[in-house]
Amino acid sequence: MITLTLVEQPVVPLEAEVLCPDVMASLSHEAIRALPVCLGKRQRRLDDFFRVEGEASDELEIRGDAAKIKWIGRAMTRGRIVVNGNAGMHLGAYMRGGAIEVSGNASDWVGAEMSGGLIRVRGNVGGQTGAAYRGSVSGMRDGTILVGRDAGLEVGMRMKRGTIVVSGRARDFAGLQMKGGTIILGRGAELRTGAWMVRGTIISLHPIPLLPTFAYACAYLPAFVRLYARHLGTLGFTLPCDEVSGVYARYTGDAAVPGKGEILVWNPRGN
Amino acid sequence: MASDRIRITGGTVYDPANDVDGVIQDVCIDGGRIVSQLDDGRRIDASGMIVFPGGVDVHTHVAGAALNFARGLVPENHRMARKFLHGPERRAGLGGMTPTTFATGYLYAGMGWTTVNEAAVPILSAKHTHEELHDTPIVDKSCLLLMANNEIVLDLLEAGEVERARHVVGWLTWAAKVYGIKAVNPGGVVAWKWGKNARALHEPIEGYRSLTPAQIISGLAAIVDDLDLPHPLHLHCNNLGMPGNVATTIETMKVLEGHRAHLAHLQFHAYDGEGWDTMRSGATAVAEAFNAHPNLTTDAGAVLFGDAVTITADGPWQHLLYQLTGRKWGNLDVENETGCGIVPYVYKDRNLVNAVQWAVGLELLLLIDDPWRVFLTTDHPNGGCFWRYPEIVQLLMDVEFRKEQVRKLPSAAQQRIVLGDLGRQYTLSEIAIITSAGPARALGLQQKGHLGVGADADVTIYPAKPDEKGFLFSYPRYVIKGGEIVVEEGDLIAVSEGREFIVRPAYDDQIEEYIRPLFQQVYTMSFENYPVEIERLRRPELMTLGPKPA
Repeated sequence: MITLTLVEQPVVPLEAEVLCPDVMASLSHEAIRALPVCLGKRQRRLDDFFRVEGEASDELEIRGDAAKIKWIGRAMTRGRIVVNGNAGMHLGAYMRGGAIEVSGNASDWVGAEMSGGLIRVRGNVGGQTGAAYRGSVSGMRDGTILVGRDAGLEVGMRMKRGTIVVSGRARDFAGLQMKGGTIILGRGAELRTGAWMVRGTIISLHPIPLLPTFAYACAYLPAFVRLYARHLGTLGFTLPCDEVSGVYARYTGDAAVPGKGEILVWNPRGN
Repeated sequence: MASDRIRITGGTVYDPANDVDGVIQDVCIDGGRIVSQLDDGRRIDASGMIVFPGGVDVHTHVAGAALNFARGLVPENHRMARKFLHGPERRAGLGGMTPTTFATGYLYAGMGWTTVNEAAVPILSAKHTHEELHDTPIVDKSCLLLMANNEIVLDLLEAGEVERARHVVGWLTWAAKVYGIKAVNPGGVVAWKWGKNARALHEPIEGYRSLTPAQIISGLAAIVDDLDLPHPLHLHCNNLGMPGNVATTIETMKVLEGHRAHLAHLQFHAYDGEGWDTMRSGATAVAEAFNAHPNLTTDAGAVLFGDAVTITADGPWQHLLYQLTGRKWGNLDVENETGCGIVPYVYKDRNLVNAVQWAVGLELLLLIDDPWRVFLTTDHPNGGCFWRYPEIVQLLMDVEFRKEQVRKLPSAAQQRIVLGDLGRQYTLSEIAIITSAGPARALGLQQKGHLGVGADADVTIYPAKPDEKGFLFSYPRYVIKGGEIVVEEGDLIAVSEGREFIVRPAYDDQIEEYIRPLFQQVYTMSFENYPVEIERLRRPELMTLGPKPA
């Protein structure tokens, strides 16, 4: 285990893609301390900002308020990063494997264009979670992102596969231009959910405003939801799949594209 | 700098313009030019290496408003592109499909190319183009002016006022400070402003009473000949990319009889079939017609599988391509002069149309008999990036490798092409022709493309053995540009500033008074701000007029 404690809060966001198991796994203590980070246009050493303990491990722990530390776990393929506190932008972007756990909040672009692995943020996340970077054809290609509380704009924008679970509420444009994969919204979302979605599934456990280009199809309980429920149950998220307690209303769209995506809205019995 | 005295000794020299074919001899450089002999100076031991004249790209898109638009449209490529870090001599930049200006110079020079011809400049954005060319280091540059959809010129051609049209073209050429004239989809971009295209060579164009694309083509070709421009009319034919466009291309060759012309990116104009589902190679017919027209030169516009960005003044075609891909599309309307469309594109080997396109470019290079008339290009970045030229060289030189690639294509695609049946292999001398000597001659650049006494000292020294990917021409050991060593042992060591070749054709100065009121009526900028001042070009070189001997 390598422990990094933030001792010098950077004035501007610090670009620290070296905070990654793949980079540190084979490095000595000295080499880790000397790793380059960028403060604006200036290159600095990792130990200018962090107190480093340990060496040569694919498990990292970051302590302190790292809300201004960008690119933690960028393109990681293995190992584990635990952030005790907040994390900055681009957490786990391009990630291919391993796990990241954040006890606090994370900023925008969590898991952007990731293709594998697990990211769990206990607090809130910013916008563009699991999204495609500007101009890219697709966002997240696989893997799982779990958000304990609320998410910002454009959750899963252009995602192709994988799962994003937001236990709280998402802001506008969740699933924008989505091409596949699954987004689960524990407490619904604000406006224009699923706009331009081509394929994929958005499940909301809370009523949400729908675009006029989504058409009501049926009320049912899809078999795949049970599979998801079993899997997400092991990760601590409860997805209702018991027909005694309710069914899902299925809406298809977005007809403006036109798309074959679906939005499933949980409808408890008695409503 | 240019005063370097260099002796390249022991190398195997390929200088086809001077009938030197693989002879071990010295190449001597003094004052930026090739000299007959030199007793002192720095010696470069090129024993066991290949010495070529520096590469010349006859058709590429490396500067200007359209390319910049394309750069802006594909940020996802920049993130993945090769990075050039800032250094004491070098500017930061990015490679990729649409390299930044400085990186463009580094990449061309790093591959051994020392002269590039930017093939499409509207007068309205000529200032921008020249600024970017100034920031494209090392290589020498020239550029061509878009003319086949300029409404002032077209109105004159329709009215039969050929002489006045010639003066207008001459004035515009000097106003834009360019080297030659380009025609893109003659009449088609004008028609695009009405939502149409110009598909038939002999039918009137939308918005005109009688003017046809054929009249524009022959009219402009005659004007370019009459103005004595060193490079003939550079023509992007009608119906680019359309299945069945073979007929248009062959008919265009007939229209051009009696004139010089260069047909750009012929690959995109050599498709047979009735539609996308029946599209097949038309290279045999096009090459046969081309072989019979010694007044023409062409470049391959070859396609390589992978990412590309298509950029062309051919607005209507780009809209169609956008509808086919359903991805991004950019469209520019350049007032009364031309248009522009941008569509990022991926050529896939499993896609029948793309597989045919890939084959057609190579087929044309192999089926056109005279290497002095067909040149290596990818119409960068349309068919692939210029820094992938070494891949094409390998396909041309190694028939077994080529056949192996053909066998990887879907069998349906193999039935639509003839590439698998072609046994021709390019020799090193022929490669030197299609990459340097030929394009230099077609451009009328007498000091380029050869290693004779008096030529510009642009020399590329390649290792004799291919690199680990099998490419012979990816990483030259030395590149000398204008007598200065810019690449040594494969590393870029010096960055010089290239020159810009321009021409000043003869025209009646009074023609300005004819253009001014027309201009003020319809353009959004003031007439005084329209021409590019000569001071704007940092290292212009005024070239002499008159077609150069073939």
